[in-house]
Amino acid sequence: MNIENTSKSLLTEFTPQITHWSLKEKLWFSFWSIVFLVGMYALYVQITEGHEVTGMRDNVVWGLYIANFIFFIGISYAGAIISGLLHLFKVEWRKPIIRIAELITVIATIIGPLYILLCVGRLDRLHHLFIYPRLQSPITWDVLAIITYLIGSIIFLYLALIRDFSILSHAGLGVSKFKNRLYKFLSLGYTNTPDQRKKLNLSTDILALLIIPTAIVVHSVLSWIFGMTLRPGWHSTIFGPYFVLAAIYSGTGVLIVALWMFRKLYKLEKYIVEKHFMYLGYLLIVLSAGYGYFTFSEYLTDWYSSEKWSSELIDKLFNLQEFGWWFLFANVAGILLPIIVIGIPKLRSINSIASVSAILVLAMWVKRYLIVVPTLETTLLPMQDTRMEYVHYSATWVEWALTFAGIAMFFMMFKLASKFVPIVPVWETSEYLDKESMKTK
Amino acid sequence: MEDKKRRDVLKMGAVAGLAAIAGAAKFLSPESEQPITECGDKVKLLSQDGEIIEVQASMLKLDTHDHAQTMARKVGREGIPGRKFVMVIDLGRCRNARKCVTACQKMHYLPEDKEWLQIKLMKDNEKSAPYWFPKTCFHCDNPPCVKVCPVDATFKRTDGLVLIDNERCIGCKFCMAACPYSTRVFNWGEPEITPGAENVTYSPETSVPSRHSTVEKCDFCPDMARQGKLPDCVTACPNGVFYFGDENEDSVSNGSETVRLSTLLRDKAAYRYMEELGTKPRVYYLPPSNRMFPVERGFKNLSEEIKERYKDVH
Repeated sequence: MNIENTSKSLLTEFTPQITHWSLKEKLWFSFWSIVFLVGMYALYVQITEGHEVTGMRDNVVWGLYIANFIFFIGISYAGAIISGLLHLFKVEWRKPIIRIAELITVIATIIGPLYILLCVGRLDRLHHLFIYPRLQSPITWDVLAIITYLIGSIIFLYLALIRDFSILSHAGLGVSKFKNRLYKFLSLGYTNTPDQRKKLNLSTDILALLIIPTAIVVHSVLSWIFGMTLRPGWHSTIFGPYFVLAAIYSGTGVLIVALWMFRKLYKLEKYIVEKHFMYLGYLLIVLSAGYGYFTFSEYLTDWYSSEKWSSELIDKLFNLQEFGWWFLFANVAGILLPIIVIGIPKLRSINSIASVSAILVLAMWVKRYLIVVPTLETTLLPMQDTRMEYVHYSATWVEWALTFAGIAMFFMMFKLASKFVPIVPVWETSEYLDKESMKTK
Repeated sequence: MEDKKRRDVLKMGAVAGLAAIAGAAKFLSPESEQPITECGDKVKLLSQDGEIIEVQASMLKLDTHDHAQTMARKVGREGIPGRKFVMVIDLGRCRNARKCVTACQKMHYLPEDKEWLQIKLMKDNEKSAPYWFPKTCFHCDNPPCVKVCPVDATFKRTDGLVLIDNERCIGCKFCMAACPYSTRVFNWGEPEITPGAENVTYSPETSVPSRHSTVEKCDFCPDMARQGKLPDCVTACPNGVFYFGDENEDSVSNGSETVRLSTLLRDKAAYRYMEELGTKPRVYYLPPSNRMFPVERGFKNLSEEIKERYKDVH
């Protein structure tokens, strides 16, 4: 019954995190609420005036929105792949961090598809996707895959929460009656009987096993939206695995940043320890190398074979007057920097790992932009258009406002979630701490 | 022309212009399976051939705009039976007169800056001479745009045409990203429609009027074909650049001469643009050899704005 004692003391420690809003948190939340509201105003403008208010035009039909879509679905891999894999391999140190990882997954998977909706001109006809579906279209694949993935990742998060809901409902935290009733309802009457424990463990194992292929499908299908077309830079056979690896990579980066932030904010130094950053850092090096390999292989083949349109695209990416600086940033900050900083023991620390993670996440966003926009600016027939906005894409304030609104939504949802459940899973962490203390004895 | 569209969609093939009968007419839904009885009132109507015909009042229904459009959209999804439309563009004759562009815009009530038919100035390599290249939709037999449409808003018909139903389109623009020829245009805002368009019953065959946030493109004017006429770009061209016709009949016409398609393609070494993409276009080009006009003629009478488009081609 040691675990129960440990969990009680853990819960007491986490209680302020759930029940109390510090001034800092209030300011943080208000700031992002304002950003979010500005985004909502931009949305209103876009809906009432049409897509004319965006920078998208007939040649560059997709822009920031699609880049954001890939980005958010990418970071959702934190919970799906990282947490799923670590669970399957029974890696014990995962336990304090799984909640944060799985929250990233669910929140990012809710936000990502919203950007697809922003690209749809006729939202009033969205139901056509279900009443006239065509299975040949990668968009239909995407709709099916993302819905499955979202449901799967919500269940995965929820299964890991049941024990905590049970603990919370019995703890008497002094939360409102309604909240307590909600905890009780969500705990599904879990009281940790051997039978319940067996069933819960089995379901979690199955979900962990299912969520990994589902996640891979989601990002592969997403990459095929590009890969299936006859456009330079998109029509590539490695796009599926390339996207999947990039997603795991950026997901791990976001996970590290989130761990660092929550650790600071809620004083979780005891639970989120150096080991987590180091191990995830090592993983980051491996992923970075793999992602770098894919990137190199992709651009080398396009450059070497020098097919007309591929060359045109490569020229734009290498030209400092066009996308050159961005391309350089995406590859230096997104591939080399993490390998160097984490690879050299002297430079490796919690803070440095968290910083390079933040930079690489940004670089990965730029990379997604570089996948979408330059290709669309490279038409097979000469463009011969005098309308500048048709030739070169440049995002408008509406698109930027909605981009930041997505980021705001991410932070706000995370904050709200942390006010509802402990950000470090109480049950799993107690189990982990118990095992650790047994070892030291 | 509006008249013609109405004819297409009227169920009885009768002109329901006789307002007097409207009161007596019974409204039936198109799918209604109410048994037809011989008794009941009969009304006299003027048929489209100008004959007076007698029809049971119970079989009549008033043609509402909505219903006319529903029917037109349905008909527009089916190809014209027995046809296989094809176009041949003779690059040796084009001098960038742009009559095809304006005729197309007039026919489809498009504003000046929206060009379903574009004329590019092409130059294949450094040594070769530039030439004018009119580009319609290629109505590919293996259309990348149709493949990717998630809602069947763009479709391939039995007569070879690739059309769009802008009442179905959700505006995702995937077809635009997928089309390697940049053929499709999008209504980013409320479309500017020139006067007269409001009288046209929309169908994928008329493509008029435009709708906001939907995709549109060159449709090969199947509404003209139904009347046995050539598309407007073909008849408007002063130099007979465009040949339009039916592959099944093996004949194409540019308005002044009608020729055998197979002979034309063989003798003039026709090619399809970017054959290597595997899209199988239904538009053939005759190489710009033995040109009727020097390329410079194409710059005459062009507005500065349009001239500006071609500044990168030397």
